[in-house]
Amino acid sequence: MDKAFTLYGKTFQSRLMLGTAQYPSPDVLARSIRASKCEIVTVSLRREAGGSRAGEDFWQLIKQQNVAVLPNTAGCHSVKEAVNTAQMAREVFGTNWIKLEVISDDDTLQPDVFALVEAAGILARDGFEVFPYTTEDLSVAEKLLQAGCALLMPWGAPIGSGRGLNNPYGLRTMRARFPDVPMIIDAGLGAPSHAALAMELGYDGILLNTAVAKAGDPVLMAHGFALAIEAGRAGYLADPIEPRDMAVPSTPVFGRAFT
Amino acid sequence: MKVRVLGAGIAGLTTAFELAKRGIEVEVAERRAGPALGCSHYAGGMLAPWCELESAEPLIETLGIESMQFWRDNFDVVEHGTLVVAQPRDTPDLKRFSRRTHQFEWVDEQKIMQLEPDLSQRFNTALFFAGEAHLDPRLVTAQLAHRLAHEMNVTFHFNTDAEALKGAVDWMVDCRGLAARDALLDLRPVKGEMLLLRTAEIALKRPVRMLHPRIPVYIVPRADHIFMVGATMIENSQASRISARGVTELINAAYALHPAFGEAEIVELGADLRPAFADHLPRLRLRGKTLFLNGLYRHGYLGAPALARRAAEFIQNGTVFPEVMREN
Repeated sequence: MDKAFTLYGKTFQSRLMLGTAQYPSPDVLARSIRASKCEIVTVSLRREAGGSRAGEDFWQLIKQQNVAVLPNTAGCHSVKEAVNTAQMAREVFGTNWIKLEVISDDDTLQPDVFALVEAAGILARDGFEVFPYTTEDLSVAEKLLQAGCALLMPWGAPIGSGRGLNNPYGLRTMRARFPDVPMIIDAGLGAPSHAALAMELGYDGILLNTAVAKAGDPVLMAHGFALAIEAGRAGYLADPIEPRDMAVPSTPVFGRAFT
Repeated sequence: MKVRVLGAGIAGLTTAFELAKRGIEVEVAERRAGPALGCSHYAGGMLAPWCELESAEPLIETLGIESMQFWRDNFDVVEHGTLVVAQPRDTPDLKRFSRRTHQFEWVDEQKIMQLEPDLSQRFNTALFFAGEAHLDPRLVTAQLAHRLAHEMNVTFHFNTDAEALKGAVDWMVDCRGLAARDALLDLRPVKGEMLLLRTAEIALKRPVRMLHPRIPVYIVPRADHIFMVGATMIENSQASRISARGVTELINAAYALHPAFGEAEIVELGADLRPAFADHLPRLRLRGKTLFLNGLYRHGYLGAPALARRAAEFIQNGTVFPEVMREN
């Protein structure tokens, strides 16, 4: 029996979270959400902002999907920018949830972990439930938890790179270091097999965007990821056999009638 | 038969053309002071039915091929194709683009040098869509409006709201773009920002698209050393607001394509709102004796003539076109 997938007190059936950017159209996005069976979507505010209610039409489309909305601070480069965006998101979407991204530069899109920890502390004290996008660095993770985050979102690989898990060793260590903290792999996945591997490592969930949005058939890819995440989760729970060097016959060799 | 067309953007103008061509009496009401001053004014004017397949549904290709023929038959179209390039680090985007589209050939450095000498040694591989074309939207809409008024007996009422014209007509064709949101509640604005640069230091014969994971950009050459650089795609309804970031991104991308654009003169910055339905496909929608032609999104010049022909045939003969007459 699987334990529930619980994020800040809310429980979900699906362990897949979907980003809403870069789809060919809102219609394809809506169909991808349905095919993925996800119950949480992330929405970027900053790029669409530039005025208090300027992105209203797109946000209405998202609200119509009947899924939980996790606003994000994608594209923010500083503590102040991220905090302001989070506050605006709370007002627009009526949620304390915030996926906190503070990017060090536009080229690598690496998290600026110093600013991340600082912003996480400010937001947590302000009543936000923070989903921090971080690396697999253990000391940063520790500081995020101390700052008030109750879950972690380490990257698989740089945003949009589609490379899968760049550092499976680091991610395995991180899982072992924080066994009771919900952890979601966020960013860098390309193929469903990447998600299956992350789930087999014991991660609690997966957040995707580009891998689905930019696929030739986003709806089918969303379905593929949903299957892979279920498969990987089952594989993790079922306790896979240990690999070994020699073959092990699955039927007894001794006393065979024909050799 | 008499038909009133609402809106003199690219949709209204092509609709008036198709109706008048069939001998139907047409009057056009436009709230602005002249033809094609909304979205149509800021368009790139690329006739690129195959490049657009990267993110568009196959219907856009069908409509685009038909529209391209319309422009060829009636106006000046530059038939030099489209060149699609990417920085070496973005080669995966070029491969992805090639898998989503067709009617292109991979070209090497030597061929790039033949096609666009100024881009040689900047890119070593590209996709060349030889069958595509482009036009100057401002030139073409001015010619179209002139021909409608002076050769095809179409009456224009500028600075005139839709409700202001009272005379009885058999049909109305509503081509108001985003202004038709009062009737089409599922229309949504997708903002685009563009700029015009002038430089004599570089010459291009055809639209060049540069792929980039964050900021894809296209540059369309026009007369007098003018280059149109476009266009951002933002979920935002503030038409007049041009963001520093949007402009920076466009200029950055142009500069990355060729440093000469860094020295170019900025001739104009523009922004407007594209009208889009949720699937980004255009539609004809019937409401009583009003036919709405809308949702052209970023495919105004590529889609309008094909939609306009269908609208005119529906009004003249009742022909139904299921591919563009779906409700949702």
